[in-house]
Formats: sequence, structure tokens, C-alpha cells
Amino acid sequence: MLHVAFLIPLFPLAGYGILTLAGRRLGNPLAGWLATAMVGASFVVTLVVFAGLFGRAPAHRSFQQTWWTWFSVDRLHVTAGILVDPLSMTMALFVTGVSTLIHLYSIGYMEHDPQFPKFFLYLNLFVAAMLLLVLGGNLLMTFLGWEGVGVCSYFLISFWFDRPSAASAGKKAMIFNRIGDAGFLVAMFLVFERTGSLQYTTVFSRLGHVGTPSLTASALLLFLGAAGKSAQLPLYPWLADAMEGPTPVSALIHAATMVTAGVYLMCRINPILFRAPDAAHTIAIIGGITAFLGATIACAQTDIKKILAYSTISQLGYMFLAAGVGAYVAAIFLMLTHAFYKALLFLGAGSVIHAMNDEQNTKAMGGLRALMPITAGTFLVAWLSIGGVPPFSGFWSKGDVLLNTYGYSPVLYALGALTAVLTAYYIGRCYMLVFTGNARWAEARASGDGHGHVVGGPVPAGEDAASVSPTAGHGEREHGALHPHEPSWVMTLPLLVLGVASALGGLINLPFHPTLVFLERWLDPVVGKTLFNHHFSAASEIGFACIDGVLAVVGVALAVTLWRAVADRPAVEPTFLQRAWYIDFGYDRLLARTSTRFAAFTSAVVERKVIDGAVNGVAAAFRRGGGVLRRVQTGYVRNYALGVMLGLVVLLAYVVSRSVS
Amino acid sequence: MSVPGDFYLTLSAVLFTIGAIGLLVRRNVLVMFMCVELMLNAANLAFVTFARELDDVGGQTAVFFVLVVAAAEVVVGLGIIVAIFRRRVGATADDIHVLKG
Repeated sequence: MLHVAFLIPLFPLAGYGILTLAGRRLGNPLAGWLATAMVGASFVVTLVVFAGLFGRAPAHRSFQQTWWTWFSVDRLHVTAGILVDPLSMTMALFVTGVSTLIHLYSIGYMEHDPQFPKFFLYLNLFVAAMLLLVLGGNLLMTFLGWEGVGVCSYFLISFWFDRPSAASAGKKAMIFNRIGDAGFLVAMFLVFERTGSLQYTTVFSRLGHVGTPSLTASALLLFLGAAGKSAQLPLYPWLADAMEGPTPVSALIHAATMVTAGVYLMCRINPILFRAPDAAHTIAIIGGITAFLGATIACAQTDIKKILAYSTISQLGYMFLAAGVGAYVAAIFLMLTHAFYKALLFLGAGSVIHAMNDEQNTKAMGGLRALMPITAGTFLVAWLSIGGVPPFSGFWSKGDVLLNTYGYSPVLYALGALTAVLTAYYIGRCYMLVFTGNARWAEARASGDGHGHVVGGPVPAGEDAASVSPTAGHGEREHGALHPHEPSWVMTLPLLVLGVASALGGLINLPFHPTLVFLERWLDPVVGKTLFNHHFSAASEIGFACIDGVLAVVGVALAVTLWRAVADRPAVEPTFLQRAWYIDFGYDRLLARTSTRFAAFTSAVVERKVIDGAVNGVAAAFRRGGGVLRRVQTGYVRNYALGVMLGLVVLLAYVVSRSVS
Repeated sequence: MSVPGDFYLTLSAVLFTIGAIGLLVRRNVLVMFMCVELMLNAANLAFVTFARELDDVGGQTAVFFVLVVAAAEVVVGLGIIVAIFRRRVGATADDIHVLKG
């Protein structure tokens, strides 16, 4: 039953192939249904393999499937193959599951887009690459998927490439990811140099012979790659601009799956992190700071997708915090529940944007609860989940992270706890602005402002990409009268499914009794030996859970009090936070402009003067030399004859002098 | 009594020098051409002399080649000279300098 595992990435890949060849002919909506069916089939196969793995004894729940030898050079033997173990199957399961729902949702969301088949082509390619990433049996296979998802992310951010902001956002994502990928590559070189293999199982079995500095270096370099992919400090700004892509893309790639690849990588290399505590400590600190930073920025954004983007950065920070602490189960737990509620938030946002004719400014929304009850209801569930209100899924997963963090470092715990309040607050603010209060969009349309920026126009977080109004663009239908309504069932069904998953996701790892922590026991063969284990008494665990609950309720209450029927509070939306701590601005000034100036210098001076100068100099030297030598050619026979004669004399003299001596 | 080889070689050198100087100082194309012939035959003389002195028939063989080549050269050279004189009567070698750089 397990040998069908190769079909998991093959189905979406086949979908990609079919859509490349016949996507246009299939058209709208058949291409979408085909893509959805392919990912759905992949999900079914994953379930089968999962069940097969579950049927084995825990110690034997890992097997490698080798497809072929990819290449073999000297000591380097790389096989194309996959590693099926509890960790990779957990990832594959939620990737295919969430992907199927988002594919289904996209059929509704993209129905008016002329590029409909192309969108699904990229989505299928993305899923195939993501599955290669999580299933890859060696670092290079993972890297193949890693780059694959990167390039799909680029294609999909820049999907509406006729918008300059989308095109430049895509480039920005690519560049930030390149920086991280360089780290990944160097880490692979180092790991191969030290262990002589890239295969996970082989590498991990040889770690005993590797010195701690090398392990620390490889772990930090891999973390650099993970920071690029998962938008951690200092490589996070691309994720906010990535919101230029269609909303289902933001949900699938930039919230639920691709950006969690970094966390997955950290969990995958847990034996390395275990032996490199300094690297793990760094990861935990960066994760904690990113979580806090992202949450503060999210508190002041006005664009609904920007709020969710910074929220994603913040949540990813939590996951890295957990991975750095060594609480891999908590990291994966949070990743799963986050995939549910963040995908739900994004799909809800997409539903709202769809209904509002591509308006993304929360200040121009309001009062949508009555008109869109399903969206509002599921968004509410997602809010309570991400906020960590018991008994929703976020309460359990975030509680797990915070508990472990306390055992590791109370300072980081304090940071995480503060972030938890902010999390419940900023999503609450978003919910209140969008779904409650006055229907500000109606007033805006009435007053003739076509784009409806009533209160406090959006302040862009980035300098370049975000400065274009998000309302410009795709499929703008009739202006004027706006009648927000629920979308068709293909869009509401994923919302409902994800709503249920967000609410009940905590069931997979309830801490009440050792038999209930399914996820922990399931992942035990992979991370069990390296897991951070701080024993708390039952009373203190309950105490911490109460604190978590109180923090969440405080955040929720804060949001409701501040933002009920009020759409403008400059005091709690400082420009400093709206501009994202000026970090992106600083990057722009320090790095982008400096390198632009450097490029101008090389273009004007190095290129013109040095390189062109050398080429032109050679040409000029030859021309001048030719001008001088030209005079030799007099055209007079006697001159040539004299030359011949002189040459003869010289030759003669040479011969004679040789024969004499 | 035979004439010593030195004499022939000296004569050969003298003839060659006359030919060379004539080639360099004269302007008349026909005369220059004759000077070239003079130089060729001076070389032939040297060849023959060495053949006799060293008792090696190779020198005489070389002379035959030179004679054949000289005959061919005369045909081509005179053809060119005739062609030039058809075009520009009374031209000297210095008048023909279209290859001037």
C-alpha cells in the first residue's frame, strides 16, 4: 500500500502537464475542475499511504522510495526518491487537503479572469513542487521542491503582471528568496563535505563525527534559507508585497503551505539542531522577535490582506520560536492549525474582496455581517482560533508553543504572551472593521468616491510595490451600485470545511492525557529523541492554559471595545507601525538605493571608461600604429627592391658570421 | 690549365652587384628587368662553379631549374611591361605606384 507514494506528487504534476498542453482548450471552468481533481486524487493517495503507515509499528514508520539515480559524481551519489515518515506524511496530508479546498475556491474566485487555465496550471505545479519539498528523501530533492515553489510563488504573485506593483512584488519575493537560497546551497555543500551524503537518514546517522561548529554553521545557513522562504527577520518584507497576487494564492502559498516550508525544514533537521544548541537558540530568538514585530505591524494596517500577511509573518515567528526551543511537535501542531485558520481568513478576505468589487481597504467596508453571514461566521471562527480563545484550535497549539517556551526561556515567553494578546486584537480589529459597524462602502459610493477611501487612506508598508492602490486591476465589473452577497457554493464550501477544521483542529493533540496527544505520538519516531522536554506539574499546565485563555480574551475584548462602530482611531494606528517600523523603507534606502547608485557608477564609469575604454584603446592603438606603418608602403619598386636587398645582406651576414664562428 | 674557382666566384659577385645596383638606381623598367636577369645569371654562375669545385652535379641541376623559372618569369614580366607600355607610353618604374599606402 505504501509503494503508491510516488503518485502523491505525480498527480499534480500530471495536471500541470495536461493544463500546459490543453489548458486553453479545456477552458473555464473545466481546467479548474481538472486541477482540483488532480490535487484531490493526490489527497486520496496521501490518505492511503498515511493509513498504510499508521498500520505499521511506530519504529517501522519510515521508508525510502528510490526512483532512480539522479546523478553520481565521485563520492556524490544523489538519488531521486522520497522519504515517507510521519513528519513528511503529516505535511503531505495537510498540503494536499488545504490545496484541494483552495483549488475548489479558486474556481469561483477566478471565474472572470481571462487567464483562468494558466492560474490552475501554476497552482498544480506549485502543489507538485511543494509535495516534492516535503517528501524529498535528501536535501537536494527538498531543494528542488524549494526552488519549484519559489518560482511558482513568483509566477503567482506576478499573475496580474500588467500591474507594475504586482510585477515588482514578484521580483522582490524572488530576490529575498535568492538570498535565503544561497544559504541553503552553502549548507548543502557543508553537510556533504562533512558527512559525505545528502540523504537525510545517512546524514543524521553520521552526525556523531561532525564537530559542533560545522553543525552550528549548517543549521544557521539552513535557517537563512528558511528565513527567506518563511519570511522571518531579516528577510520578511517580501511577504507583505506578495499580497499583490490573487487572494487564493495568498491563502495557499503565502499563508498555509509554502511559507511553512522553512518550519518543516527546521523540524526535518532536528538532529542537527539538537547538536547545535547555539543555532537553535538564535532561531528561537529570531522567531520570537519576528512574531512580536509582525503582530505590532498588523495592528495598524488598513489593507485587509496586509493585516493577514503580517499576521502570517507573526505566526511563522511562533513556529520558529517553537522549533528553536526544540518543541517540534508544537511547531508542527501550530503549523497545521495555522494552515486551517489562516487559509480560512484569507479565503474569507477573498470572499469579501470579491463581494466588494476588489476593494481591499478595511476602512471602506463595514456592516457586511448581515449580507454575508457564512463568510462572517467562518471569519469569526478563524478569529477566535488564531486569537487562542478556548476551545478553538489556536488555543491548544499556541498554548503548546508558549508552555514549551516558558520552560526554555521566560523572556521569550513574555514576548510570546504579549504577541498572543496582539494577535487576538489585530484580527479582531480586522473583523470589526469589515463585518460590523456602518456600511461605509455605501456612503463612499454615494459620495461618488469610486474607490471608497473614506477614512484614512491606506498607508503603504513598502516604498514601491505597495504604493499603488490595491483597487486597481483585475476584473473590475460594473461600478456604481454595489450589492455585496455570498459567493457561490464552490467558495463557501471550502470556508465551511476550513471553519470546522479551525474550530476542531485542537483535537489532534489534546494535552489532557498521554493517549490524547495523537500528533506527539505520531511524530515521535522522527523527533522523539530530540524533543525539548520540560516537565511541568499538572497544576502549572492548567495555570498556563488559563493565562493563555485570559490573554486571548483580553485581546478580543480590546478589539471589540475599541473598534465597535468606530472606524478611525489614529492613536492606536501610529504611522510608525503603518510603515512597518520603517524596516522596508530602510532596506530601500540602505540597500536598494545604494546598489542602484553603485550600478549607475559601474554603468557610467566602469562600463564606459574602463571596459569600453580598453576596447576602444586597442582599436585606437592599432589605427595609430597603422597610420605610422602606412608610410612604409611607398609604391616605388626600388624601395621594395632595396628592402629585399637589405634583407639579403642581413641573411648573408648571419650565415657568414655563423660559419666563421 | 684551368681557371681557378675564385675567379668565377668573383665574376659572379661582380655581376650580381652590377645587377643589384642597376635594379636600384635605374628607372627604365626594361633595364631593371635586364638587371634582374643579370643577378639570376650571376647566381647561376656561382652554382656551376660550386658544382665543378665540389664535384657535385646538384649545382648544375639547380641551374636548370633557375633557367626554366627565369624563362617563365621573362614571359610574365615582359607581358606585364608590354601591357603597361600600351597604356602609358614612356612610363618609368616610379610612375607606377598605385600600391602607395
